[in-house]
Amino acid sequence: MSTKDSQGQLWEVFIQANPGIPHKHAGSVHATDKEMALQNARDLYTRRSEGTSIWVVLSAAIVASAPEDSGMLFDPSNDKPYRHPTFYVMPEGAKNI
Amino acid sequence: MESTNNLEKFQTIIDADTKIEPKDWMPEDYRKHLIRQISQHAHSEVIGMQPEGNWITRAPSLRAKLILLAKIQDEAGHGLYLYSACETLGISREELIDQLHTGKAKYSSIFNYPAVTWADIGAIGWLVDGAAIVNQISLQRTSYGPYSRAMIRICKEESFHQRQGYEIMGKLALGTPEQKEMAQDALNRWWWPSLMMFGPHDSDSPHSGKAMTWRIKRESNDVLRQRFIDKTVQQAEVIGLKIPDDKLKWNEAKGVYEHGEINWEEFNQVINGNGPLNKIRLANHISAHENGAWVREAANAYAAKQKKEVLVA
Repeated sequence: MSTKDSQGQLWEVFIQANPGIPHKHAGSVHATDKEMALQNARDLYTRRSEGTSIWVVLSAAIVASAPEDSGMLFDPSNDKPYRHPTFYVMPEGAKNI
Repeated sequence: MESTNNLEKFQTIIDADTKIEPKDWMPEDYRKHLIRQISQHAHSEVIGMQPEGNWITRAPSLRAKLILLAKIQDEAGHGLYLYSACETLGISREELIDQLHTGKAKYSSIFNYPAVTWADIGAIGWLVDGAAIVNQISLQRTSYGPYSRAMIRICKEESFHQRQGYEIMGKLALGTPEQKEMAQDALNRWWWPSLMMFGPHDSDSPHSGKAMTWRIKRESNDVLRQRFIDKTVQQAEVIGLKIPDDKLKWNEAKGVYEHGEINWEEFNQVINGNGPLNKIRLANHISAHENGAWVREAANAYAAKQKKEVLVA
């Protein structure tokens, strides 16, 4: 790698805002190794108590679905209403179900 | 090949106010426009650190120094959010920096003016950040997802910037006659360049047409400029400073302030490299980048060594 062409690798940053909730994508950082990625993510995304935990993941390691496949992948499955509780007929008078 | 089908689908997504994401199909001109706009925005954040950095060692109190440091750190962060958003369009950080250094990419011409007194730090926060906020609030609704998300994050952080600037101006305006004069002088020098930040009048704006159709921009230059003027005039009155525009007048019927003519000749001069500090700002950036080469080299060598050790183990 030449010096001129050396902005490090791209990492995606995920932050958990409070204990108990999922980590959420916050943005990305450049870094040459994982410690630097974590440090940069801390400095860049949590200067105002935005989080209690950070994950950094190499962007190149993420496998993402393609927009052109979204029809196939995320079809609303309207032909499968039995996946929803409202599909089922409950006997009259049954409570708490 | 940009088939009509793709274009139509794209416009439907835009018209429904759904965001465009990096892997979605987009017209080449949309991509180009975004790269130009977002990179210019990113470069502005970074170059904008220079006039303020100039005052860190001379801040009048420890409180003022801490605030200024935090603000400048934010500006660096905003630059980084925007570079990342821009990179999702398929351009590298290296290329972006290169475009800045060769002059292919621009930054906001406001940062080519000098910050000569402490009051300028106040005026920059109050007026320059104030104008930027008006623009950025509107851009939170831009059609490109990563840009919109960067704008939302930036807006959350930016309002402290404007308040700290206004506080400096307010304190000076209430101080000795010399201090008040210093505040008024800073307002006199920064007012017109701040109005120029919104770009040319709508009738002369070369990039606006498609940017509006594609909802990259949501409101026109003149609309945003007017909003900034209407907000700021009252703020100046509260702290007893005078906006340096004799033609400034409240128009009761329209509910807006009328203002004097902007000196577009000056605007063009500064954009084309003839502002007070264009050469110095760029030279500083280039030298900081070049002087940092050994750090990047060392970081890469360290990363390569770690990889090797993992392989051996």
